[in-house]
Amino acid sequence: MHSPADKPALSLSRIAIHAVLLIAVLLYLVPLVVMLLTSFKTPEDISTGNLLSWPTVVSGIGWVKAWGTVNGYFWNSILITVPAVLISTAIGALNGYVLSMWRFRGSQLFFGLLLFGCFLPFQTVLLPASFTLGKLGLASTTSGLVLVHVVYGLAFTTLFFRNFYVSIPDALVKAARLDGAGFFTIFRRIILPMSTPIIMVCLIWQFTQIWNDFLFGVVFSSGDSQPITVALNNLVNTSTGAKEYNVDMAAAMIAGLPTLLVYVVAGKYFVRGLTAGAVKG
Amino acid sequence: MTTTTAQLRASPLDALQRWLPKLVLAPSMFIVLVGFYGYILWTFVLSFTTSTFLPTYKWAGLAQYARLFDNDRWWVASKNLLLFGGLFIGISLAIGVLLAVLLDQRIRREGFIRTLYLYPMALSMIVTGTAWKWLLNPGMGLDKLLRDWGWEGFRLDWLIDPDRVVYCLVIAAVWQASGFIMAMFLAGLRGVDPSIIRAAQMDGASLPRIYWTVVLPSLRPVFFSALMILSHIAIKSFDLVAAMTAGGPGYSSDLPAMFMYSFTFSRGQMGMGSASAILMLGAILAILVPYLYSELRSKRHA
Repeated sequence: MHSPADKPALSLSRIAIHAVLLIAVLLYLVPLVVMLLTSFKTPEDISTGNLLSWPTVVSGIGWVKAWGTVNGYFWNSILITVPAVLISTAIGALNGYVLSMWRFRGSQLFFGLLLFGCFLPFQTVLLPASFTLGKLGLASTTSGLVLVHVVYGLAFTTLFFRNFYVSIPDALVKAARLDGAGFFTIFRRIILPMSTPIIMVCLIWQFTQIWNDFLFGVVFSSGDSQPITVALNNLVNTSTGAKEYNVDMAAAMIAGLPTLLVYVVAGKYFVRGLTAGAVKG
Repeated sequence: MTTTTAQLRASPLDALQRWLPKLVLAPSMFIVLVGFYGYILWTFVLSFTTSTFLPTYKWAGLAQYARLFDNDRWWVASKNLLLFGGLFIGISLAIGVLLAVLLDQRIRREGFIRTLYLYPMALSMIVTGTAWKWLLNPGMGLDKLLRDWGWEGFRLDWLIDPDRVVYCLVIAAVWQASGFIMAMFLAGLRGVDPSIIRAAQMDGASLPRIYWTVVLPSLRPVFFSALMILSHIAIKSFDLVAAMTAGGPGYSSDLPAMFMYSFTFSRGQMGMGSASAILMLGAILAILVPYLYSELRSKRHA
C-alpha cells in the first residue's frame, strides 16, 4: 500500500522521513565500509588511524595473505555447496511435484512431518548424524557435508516447490494424463518449463544457507575438509602472534563475497525465498 | 467402450505409474523418518545415559538433566538467551516496522534503499561476527573512532565486559536481521487496501494514527511470522557467538547452542550435551506449537 500522500511536496515531515531513512542506510553500510577500508590498510595505518580513516597507502597485502590462508577452504566450500545445492533442489522439485499433483494416502501426513524440519534445531541431530557419517566412512570429508546438507535442506526445498505447484491448476495435469502422458513426461514437458522462478528461489536459498553454514562445517569436518566459514573463524579467533586485522577483514570479505554477489545479481529471488521460507503454506 | 489391445498392454505400465509417485517420495520419507525423527529419538535416548566421550547405553535416568540444572554455565546460557532473544526480537521488530512504514511513503529510489537494508541477511553470521568484533574492539574500534571525532569521554568496551557482552551480540544480530523484518512488513503493507486509509483520512485521522490503529493491527499475521523467525534465529544462534566472543569473557556470553556444542564435542559430556539439545528442542516446540495452532485455526475460519 502506498499511503495516499496528499502533498508530495517538501514538508517538514517528509524531510524527517528522508533523514531517518538516510541515517539508516549509513548505519547498515558502516560495517561493510569498515571491512573494506581495513582490508586495504597496512598494519601501521590500522594502529595509527581509526575505523573510517582513509589508508595512507592502499595496500593489497591483507588480501594476498588472506587468500593464501583460506583459498583451499574456499574451494572446499565450492565442492560442498555446488553438489549439495543441485541435489537438494532436484529432490525438492520431485517431492513437491508428488506432494501437490500425485497425492496419495499419507502424503499429506508426510508433508506435515517434513515441514517440522524447517524448525528443527540441528543440535538434536548432530550426534547421531556424526555417528552415521563415521559408519559410512564419510566423517571429515566434503562428501559427508554434502550428504548432511542435502538431508537437512530437503524440508525447505520441498516446501518451496510444493507451495509453488499447488497453485498450478489441476486441469493441466489431468488433461495430460488423459492423453496418456506419464509421471515423468508430465514433469519434464509441462511442470519443469514453468518452474524457472521457483528453481531460482530454491537455488539461491540453498546456496546462501549452505555457503554460510558454520554448525555442520565445524562439527562434521576437520583440517583439510573444512569450509570457508570454519577457516575464517579459526583465522580470526587464533590468539597466536600479532593480530593482523587487515588479513581478518580481507578473509571475511572473501567468505562473504559469493553470497553478496548472488544477492546483488538476483536480489529479487533472494527476497522471495526469504519470505517464502518465512510464510509457511 | 471396448477394451482395446493397447489398453491391455498398458496395464502393467499403469501399475508402475501408480507406484511411481510413492517410489519417488520413498527416499525422502526414509530420510525424514530416520534422519529427523529417528535421530531426535536417538539424542533423547542419549540424554538418559551416562555417555561421556563415547556413547554408552547405560541408563542414568534423569541424572544428566539434574547435572545440567546444577550447572551454573547452563543457567548463564539460558538467561543470556532470554536477554539476547528479548532484545534482539524487540529491537529488530521495532526497526523493521519503522523502516517499512517510512519506506511506504512514496520514497524515490525505494528499491535501492531496500537493497541496502537487506544485504546483511546474505552474509554468514561468521562474517557478521568478524566485522562487529572489529567494530566493537575496545581501544581500536568505534571506541577510538568517536574519541578521534571529538567525543573525549567516549568508552565502548562491552566486548570485554562480562555484564555487557550480550549487548554486543544483540547489536550484530539486529544489524543482520532487521532489514529482513523490514522487507516482510513492507510486503505486508503493499497488500493493505488503500481505501481503508482513505476512509480513515476522510474521518480526519492523522497518518501516524491511521498506521498505529488501523494498518499495523491488520498485519498481525506478518507480525507473528516475524516473531517466529526471530525466535528461531535466537534459539539457534551459535555461529555469531563463536565468531564474536566464543562465549567469553569466561562464559558470560554463552548461549544454549554454544553450550551444547562445547559440552558435547569439546568436553566429552555427550549425555549432558544431549540433554541440553533436548531442552532446546523443547523451547522451539513451546513457540512453534501455539503458532501452528493459531495458523491452522485462522485458516479454518477463513
